[in-house]
Amino acid sequence: MTQDNAFISIRHVNKFFGSFQAIKNVSMDIGHGEFFSLLGPSGCGKTTLLRMLAGFEAVSSGEIYIDGQPMSGVAPHHRPVNMVFQNYAIFPHLNVRDNIAYGLRKLKLSRSNRNEMVDEMLELIKLPEYGDRKATQLSGGQRQRIALARALILKPKVLLLDEPLGALDKKLREQMQLELRALQRTVGITFVFVTHDQEEALTLSDRIAVMSEGRDLQVDTPTRLYENPVNSEVASFIGTMNFFDGVVTSIKGDTVVIKVDGLGEVSAPAGKVSLLAGDSVSVAIRPEKFSLTDEKPDDVQYCVKGHLDNAAYLGERSHYYVRVEGVSQPVAVSAQNRNRTGEAEDRKRPVWLGWDSAAVVVLKDD
Amino acid sequence: MKSDTYIKRSNRPLQFYAVLFLIVLYVPVLFLPLFSFNDSIYVSFPLKGFTFQWYLELLDREPVWASLMNSIKVAVTTSIIATGFGIFAAKAITRYRLPGRGPVVGFIMLPLVVPGIILGVALLVLISQLGIRLSLYTVTAGHVIVCLPFAIATLIPRFEGFDKSVEEASADLGENAWWTFWRVTFPIVFPGILASLLLTFTVSFDEFIMAFFLSGTDATLPIYIWGQLRFPQAFPSILAMASIILVVSFILVFLGQWINRDAQSESLESTKNT
Repeated sequence: MTQDNAFISIRHVNKFFGSFQAIKNVSMDIGHGEFFSLLGPSGCGKTTLLRMLAGFEAVSSGEIYIDGQPMSGVAPHHRPVNMVFQNYAIFPHLNVRDNIAYGLRKLKLSRSNRNEMVDEMLELIKLPEYGDRKATQLSGGQRQRIALARALILKPKVLLLDEPLGALDKKLREQMQLELRALQRTVGITFVFVTHDQEEALTLSDRIAVMSEGRDLQVDTPTRLYENPVNSEVASFIGTMNFFDGVVTSIKGDTVVIKVDGLGEVSAPAGKVSLLAGDSVSVAIRPEKFSLTDEKPDDVQYCVKGHLDNAAYLGERSHYYVRVEGVSQPVAVSAQNRNRTGEAEDRKRPVWLGWDSAAVVVLKDD
Repeated sequence: MKSDTYIKRSNRPLQFYAVLFLIVLYVPVLFLPLFSFNDSIYVSFPLKGFTFQWYLELLDREPVWASLMNSIKVAVTTSIIATGFGIFAAKAITRYRLPGRGPVVGFIMLPLVVPGIILGVALLVLISQLGIRLSLYTVTAGHVIVCLPFAIATLIPRFEGFDKSVEEASADLGENAWWTFWRVTFPIVFPGILASLLLTFTVSFDEFIMAFFLSGTDATLPIYIWGQLRFPQAFPSILAMASIILVVSFILVFLGQWINRDAQSESLESTKNT
């Protein structure tokens, strides 16, 4: 994505609260109609960044452009964005209809026109019968939908969502995720979604910005974030990752050969990292990229002998922890229980770990 | 203890204390209505007989009604001004990053603990220095100062009790600060405003010391009553008047508390907007 066709452009934005720097020189571009997530642990600055897009916090330096317009000094009520708040912020003194119609006052619509728009929204959020209910009598999921409808009725160019599913229980949450994604496709506007739940971000987003301590670590598609993290922080934040220490021995084109502690000489795709022979690197392999066998495997490029340390049965898959000589942490392995029978398994047996060179991610940390 | 939990078990001494407390608090006050129906101009036992005479007598006494009207005028004006200022103060205190918020609130609440006589003398000195003639206006000014802490103390929990993100939501949905106040903040804090109006009205209506120092020729009701205490034959009808005021005050304060009863409830589920 280049800066020219970006719909939202965040340029070198810093934010200070007193002496505390909440946002550190963040730049990113968000495309038109994109479902874009800001992902990170609590306190990473993702909500601050969202509130700066909405206009509730001013940028300390840098600039935010929405649809080509600089947003500095533009009040929240003049911005082409609407927000769904974490706690929904439903107006407690209004009924559902009046909540949804709240932003329509300025449009000076006729009563019938207004009612029509509200009815349309109630239909969209699948609460057509609830118009006259008091908003405070509704459940969390229903309030969440009203908050959505209230924002969407104004046809904003961007919808900002601040952990809107955080307060819902797991089942409802998963259902709302699907509905949210479907809704975004229906209305076709840009969604900027804040979450600390990596699974949620992976499920919903076109692209994700991973943030930590006020910095944007990587902005990428879910697949690339998972398969090609740029550093160990991203790698360990998204999913589980095994890290090994190694030293680069040689580089041939796109392939790099690394001497990895405990695993021996391993070749790997070089990726975007610029490497020289002799560099110390981190080698990362996802738990599901390993194969786990009792006999030495012959269908993998590399294998190493280890000792099963622990195993956890999780229904459709199992997690194993394998001790390998020369590796400090037990290696996590995730395996499908495809051929599993009801037989108990020996959780302390010698095993073989196998992997292919394509599974290896080389990371160079500063 | 039976099935009672430790914290909720009944406690005889405490019950006894509570009853004693209420007796000491209210029995002296209840002598007023009691003697207001007594068929004698002397306030002493034994009671002579039951009569409405003193209440009827009130109707014929012009100055009573004049001073009552003065008090109502002052109290209505005071309650509106004090509540108006109170709304701004409560909003500022609860909503904005105010440097020295603690001391500011402390100073606003100070009139509650400064002896009325000191405040009264101070204001009298100030007003005479400024060359302003004493009148119901000066009484009202004094009452506003006395009533402001009550207004703010009633309003702050209301402002604190609701989630400020609803105001942000209003801004986000395109309303400026003015419209956000009228469409969101005001309806939500409205019960608090009503409670504040009732409470400050009552405080102003009953107030004596400020009125004593700051009133000119027009007396408020408490001042008039004070003046009538010299005349024994007037005393029973004063008792009748006092009884009426007692009942009305009680009703107003109770109403105020009842309207504002859910100010600090954990959720806004029960918020009333009418």
